[in-house]
Amino acid sequence: MKKRTPKAAFFIVALLIVALCFTSFFGIYSQYGDRTDTHIHGLNDIRWGIDIKGGVDATFEPSDEKYEADADDLEAIKTIIEQRMIAKNITDYEAYVDTSGKGAVLIRFPWTDEIQDPEKAVQWLGQTGNLQFRLGDRNQVDENGNPTGELVLEGKDVASASAEYGAVDETGANQYYISLELEDSGTKKFSEATKKQAASNGAISIWLDYGESWAKENNAPRYEFKSDPVVQNQITNGKAVITQSNQTYEGAKELADIINAGSLPFSIKAGSIASTSATLGNNALSAMGIAAIIAMVLVCALMIVLYRLPGFVAALALCGQMALTIACLTGYFGFMDPFTMTLPGIAGLILSIGIGVDCNVITAEAVRDELRAGKTIDSAIRSGSKGSFGAIFDGNITVLIVAVVLMGVFGSSDGIFGWMFSWLPVSATGSVYAFGYTLLLGVVTNFVMGLWASRLMLRSISRFKIFRNPWFYGGERK
Amino acid sequence: MKKFDFVAFLPKALMISAAIMVVGLLCNVIFGTQMDISFKGGTQVRYQCVESVEMDENKVVELAKKHLGNDVKWQMDELEGKDMITISRAGETDAEKINALKADLEKLDMIEQSRDSLSPSKGTKFLLRCLLALGLAAVLLIVYVGFRFRRIGGVPAGVSALIALVHDLLIVYFAFVIFGLELNDNFVAVMLTILGYSLNDTIVIFDRVRTLRRRSNAPLADVVNESLHHVLRRTIITTVTTCLAILAVLVVALVMNVDSIVSFALPMLLGAISGSYSSLFLSGPIWVRWMNRKAAKNA
Repeated sequence: MKKRTPKAAFFIVALLIVALCFTSFFGIYSQYGDRTDTHIHGLNDIRWGIDIKGGVDATFEPSDEKYEADADDLEAIKTIIEQRMIAKNITDYEAYVDTSGKGAVLIRFPWTDEIQDPEKAVQWLGQTGNLQFRLGDRNQVDENGNPTGELVLEGKDVASASAEYGAVDETGANQYYISLELEDSGTKKFSEATKKQAASNGAISIWLDYGESWAKENNAPRYEFKSDPVVQNQITNGKAVITQSNQTYEGAKELADIINAGSLPFSIKAGSIASTSATLGNNALSAMGIAAIIAMVLVCALMIVLYRLPGFVAALALCGQMALTIACLTGYFGFMDPFTMTLPGIAGLILSIGIGVDCNVITAEAVRDELRAGKTIDSAIRSGSKGSFGAIFDGNITVLIVAVVLMGVFGSSDGIFGWMFSWLPVSATGSVYAFGYTLLLGVVTNFVMGLWASRLMLRSISRFKIFRNPWFYGGERK
Repeated sequence: MKKFDFVAFLPKALMISAAIMVVGLLCNVIFGTQMDISFKGGTQVRYQCVESVEMDENKVVELAKKHLGNDVKWQMDELEGKDMITISRAGETDAEKINALKADLEKLDMIEQSRDSLSPSKGTKFLLRCLLALGLAAVLLIVYVGFRFRRIGGVPAGVSALIALVHDLLIVYFAFVIFGLELNDNFVAVMLTILGYSLNDTIVIFDRVRTLRRRSNAPLADVVNESLHHVLRRTIITTVTTCLAILAVLVVALVMNVDSIVSFALPMLLGAISGSYSSLFLSGPIWVRWMNRKAAKNA
């Protein structure tokens, strides 16, 4: 005989769900004078995507008026900006290359916590200096902080850089490093410089040069120091490795990105900056909200009418699933970052609710069938739950596979599953990633609520005397 | 009461599906597909009024439609604290037409702020990724279904599920074509949703076949028919519930006049119906035919 589920379990789980609903929908805030502190993020803290809330629209172009950017250059600008967007967990940007005239890249991105001031955001997105490799370390500077070491390489001499992991030095230990590839134009210069520095155990420092006019305009130093690796050997083949003690992946990636961005033969500047309204229209958010409430009420009502007690439990579990998913999206749990919600994200939510409904329907149907086959309430619930587990499990796992594939293929290379597809060029389609993300959350929360919580509640509530009538479970009235 | 024979119905079901596909294909050939600017690229112009003049949005839109075509899109933006209208159109637009619009708008004291011709933001790279995702998902699903349902001939089950899936995705695509909806982000989202929905629906049926198969050695066709009748109530209830939820979204969007959500909910509704239809009438019966043919070959 299996251990019986205590009667109190129903109330504990139900109370937890109700509490979760309230806190995740409304959040918890406290007010001291005119300052509001957010303790728990509620629905109001959801970061809405550009399609729902609007955002910033900016144009980037080469800052040198005379420079004629070709399609490759523009594509390179687009890639840099896309990488920066993804690095900030913003997946619903849109990036267009404008090939008419002297060329520009158009970017649309949503308002976020970091992006409140469009000017600042655009500055951060478009910041590129000219990359310089110079002889000597970071201390070889003049009184203004400008480097004085002899110039070895410029941006155009560098082909690409990437962050990698492996054993590259004599210690044989695995570590993160930056792998650097030079253009033919840089190979010889680099070979000579590394020969000289390797002999004297000297360093080569990496700088970004923002140009004199930029420095004056922004009242900032012209050069920005990035790294100064010590040269160990002469490098003749144009392929170098930069290591650093305790290098992290993020650190290596950041430097590699900077080198890539700096290898553009020009710097970019922002043209026009405008704020845009929601692409779906201003009513979209309120329409979705109203529809969500109506849909939820309809679904719960239908569940209760069709399945009585298991239906009531299912309705509770569905609310719980919704609340748990929303909690994951708002950053309710400290360890999960808030996620930008877009229409495809909402589609993922709708699908996961559909799957949640299905999970409860399958269980309730199985219990009903067992009852009609003449079993007692307890054994009908037990064998119904057991018998329906396979279908629910396989259905959810197949959907999970789809979600993971989508997140991998359309996510950034630093995303959860991105490492599998880091060989692909950067994608500009965060919307699909967002769908995969909410769907993944939906499946996981369905396992928690639909499979675990709802069954626990049903077993527990069925022990109450008033619910000992098979009618409550879809059987014949006794 | 005589029970409906799903397996014997397969040829008719295939004909129904084929008929819908032909209609869709015809519409596709006759009307073509409308792709939005993110798929196709296009032109975008922006106008602002001179100081102290209020913009007449309706008038501007009317002129834009007159000069550029009825398929223009517009959006109210803001530049340096002043209203700005952004007008965009997918595909090629003659410079003269834009100049004509400019001339008319200048009469309304409006200044052209920018004129851009945009390359698609979802171009071939996006398409390649879609194909990669579809291929990868297909392989993984067949492997998973093949493993989990190995007792009942898993790989044919996986492939049948995939056929049903592709069927549903085509139906969604044709829904967009037949209703003249533009292919945009909504399209991607709906396709993905139906992908998940269709799979889940089919798996439930194969699970039932797997359970029944353990107990009985009846002919496959009978087992599948019985399984389908077992899950019929569940399939109908799940479909009705899901469709009800989507219908709520559709009705609210229609009432509040939010076109972007109508073009999202309508194909999704049809896709959900197709998902249930294909899991009942296509995947199981196709699997039976396949297994029977395999058995005949081995015998």
